[in-house]
Amino acid sequence: MVELNIVDAIKYALEQEMDRDKDVIILGEDIGKNGGVFRATQGLYDKFGPERVLDTPLNESGIIGFAVGMSLYGIKAVPEIQFIDFIFPAFDQILSELAKFRYRSGGQFTCPVVIRSPYGGGVRGAHYHSQSPESLFAHTPGLKVVVPSNPYDAKGLLISAIRSNDPVIFMEPKRIYRAFKEEVPEDDYTVPLESAAITREGKDVTLISYGAMLHITMDAADLASEEGIDCEVIDLRTIYPLDIDTIEESVKKTGRVISVTEAPKTAGFGAELSALVAERWIEYMEAPIIRVAGYDVPFPFVLEHDYMPTPERVLDSIRYVYNY
Amino acid sequence: MRKILNLDGSIAKNTEEPIIPNDELLHWYEIMVQIRTLDTKGIRLQRQGRVGFHIFTTGQEGHIGIAAALGSDDWVYPAYREHGAALLRGLPLEDIIHHLFANDLDTQKGRRLPGLFGEKNINFVNPSAPIGTQIVQAAGTAYASKYKKDGNVVAVFFGDGATSSNDFHSGMNFGAVFKTPTLFVCMNNQWAISVPLHQQTAAEKIVDKAIGYGIHGIQVDGNDILAMYQVAKEAVERARNGEGPTFIEALTYRLGPHTSSDDPSRYREDSDVENWKNKDPIVRFKKYLIKKGILTEDQDKEMWDHYDNLINELIDQASKRPLPSIETMFDDVYETLPWHLKEQLEEVKKYSNR
Repeated sequence: MVELNIVDAIKYALEQEMDRDKDVIILGEDIGKNGGVFRATQGLYDKFGPERVLDTPLNESGIIGFAVGMSLYGIKAVPEIQFIDFIFPAFDQILSELAKFRYRSGGQFTCPVVIRSPYGGGVRGAHYHSQSPESLFAHTPGLKVVVPSNPYDAKGLLISAIRSNDPVIFMEPKRIYRAFKEEVPEDDYTVPLESAAITREGKDVTLISYGAMLHITMDAADLASEEGIDCEVIDLRTIYPLDIDTIEESVKKTGRVISVTEAPKTAGFGAELSALVAERWIEYMEAPIIRVAGYDVPFPFVLEHDYMPTPERVLDSIRYVYNY
Repeated sequence: MRKILNLDGSIAKNTEEPIIPNDELLHWYEIMVQIRTLDTKGIRLQRQGRVGFHIFTTGQEGHIGIAAALGSDDWVYPAYREHGAALLRGLPLEDIIHHLFANDLDTQKGRRLPGLFGEKNINFVNPSAPIGTQIVQAAGTAYASKYKKDGNVVAVFFGDGATSSNDFHSGMNFGAVFKTPTLFVCMNNQWAISVPLHQQTAAEKIVDKAIGYGIHGIQVDGNDILAMYQVAKEAVERARNGEGPTFIEALTYRLGPHTSSDDPSRYREDSDVENWKNKDPIVRFKKYLIKKGILTEDQDKEMWDHYDNLINELIDQASKRPLPSIETMFDDVYETLPWHLKEQLEEVKKYSNR
């Protein structure tokens, strides 16, 4: 076991996978000599060389298109987009190419690229270093969307993503990149995709979250327990495709559901969760299904902590559904 | 501009005739005849409402020369007017016809507009419709080949309109920076649907764009199959020698409409088209073959008749096939079917009579 934070766990996974398979190649802006602006690839350039750790020209569409082409030829390309806010020039390559190659070619061509990218607010990064666009990708058949919330999952999920034969958007919660360390096995292990975790068991209210917001949600559950409300917390880990069984079991037990996400509320991933629960298990519900989310505004800068869900905001919703 | 064949089929002054076996030359011509015939049949089928769409290769058959310079392990990224390259690489003609009808034998599983197909077993990549996306992908594929040191090269085709796209820039730049074994082949057919070349770029020549990327560029008569072969052969050699990509601007002309949905009389003069018809790549190559004694007028007529009949037969067979099964709608989204797609498949089965 080693003590690692999230960003080091990610680097560990990359290094182990590159050791295991010489066809794993990473590419992106500043990921080589500089080791990435968040140091997620530190040391990999020295160890694996410029042919496997590519400092690319500054062009996100180019990075993803180049990775798609590499992967069609059997290379496991793992591009980094420096901030997910910069991913939009590559949208066409992701939505129309990466996600659709297998389908449009009748299953002949596949490009299982893993796109790593730090996302999310709370780092004083302002509008273009703070967004959380997971719903845009979750609305794209052909992609898998993975968001770890802790070092153990970050390593195990990234290894699973790299070994997957489907393309994966791997969103890294940069706000908690270095927030805490935990024991992570040195060995090779995987955390399966499309599998949620119960991070806290409870019987009164189900809280569903992922990534950085999982920790806000856990804090809210702690606050609620001081008031005698027993929350269950689900960490989705893969938001698309979803682990429906874990959600089903929990929401049938509690009859009260709150999702906690940091992207704008309207048409955000919480809306999908609410719809799923309402469509399938409305008869189990004791209270309205609530979304705690970012507000429907562009990401603010100095007011970001008012924009993002806080434990207090989540707690209010817990009280509301509990007392409904 | 590189040119080998004069319009009358003779070899242009001060140029060297490439040495190519007669049966190969005849095979190239045969494929030209096949794809030209496909166009006359395809548009008729579309007008009769038997297929939904047709995309033309007429006038751009010179691309077969580029494909002929490649080996079977090399890769091709078509734009969508390179059916000849696919046939030359061994795609059975009947596969294209099944694809036009999007029937149960269509290897694209009925998911694509007719003409937008790819085949893995001939390294002919499945194209998309947003313009230019394949250019940077081709650079990536070529990088992968370079990394694996297997000596393969990648040829990517695109039109003059694509040189305005983001991914033209990405592809040329990435290809140049990583010195990938790529042939960037711009089939400059003068029109991007209705927009003429001078509204696409203020550059005097598209080939000049190569300079800005640090790429070796060459302009060639795209309706001269021998010149196309020759410049591609040189570019392939450069690529295999580790000298990086080559940009080839092939001057040609889209003699037909953009697609069956397009009416070019809205935006271009017939006289312009007539002028280019005199430079028809098939006519010119035929004259060369006849001059060389490889082909006679009688054999030529027989060949056109043969493919006319054969394609009619293949159309007859393909049109009688059923559509792909309803299950195929959910195949290949992922490697395996997630729970929600299983549910949706069960639902659609209740309403579908396929």
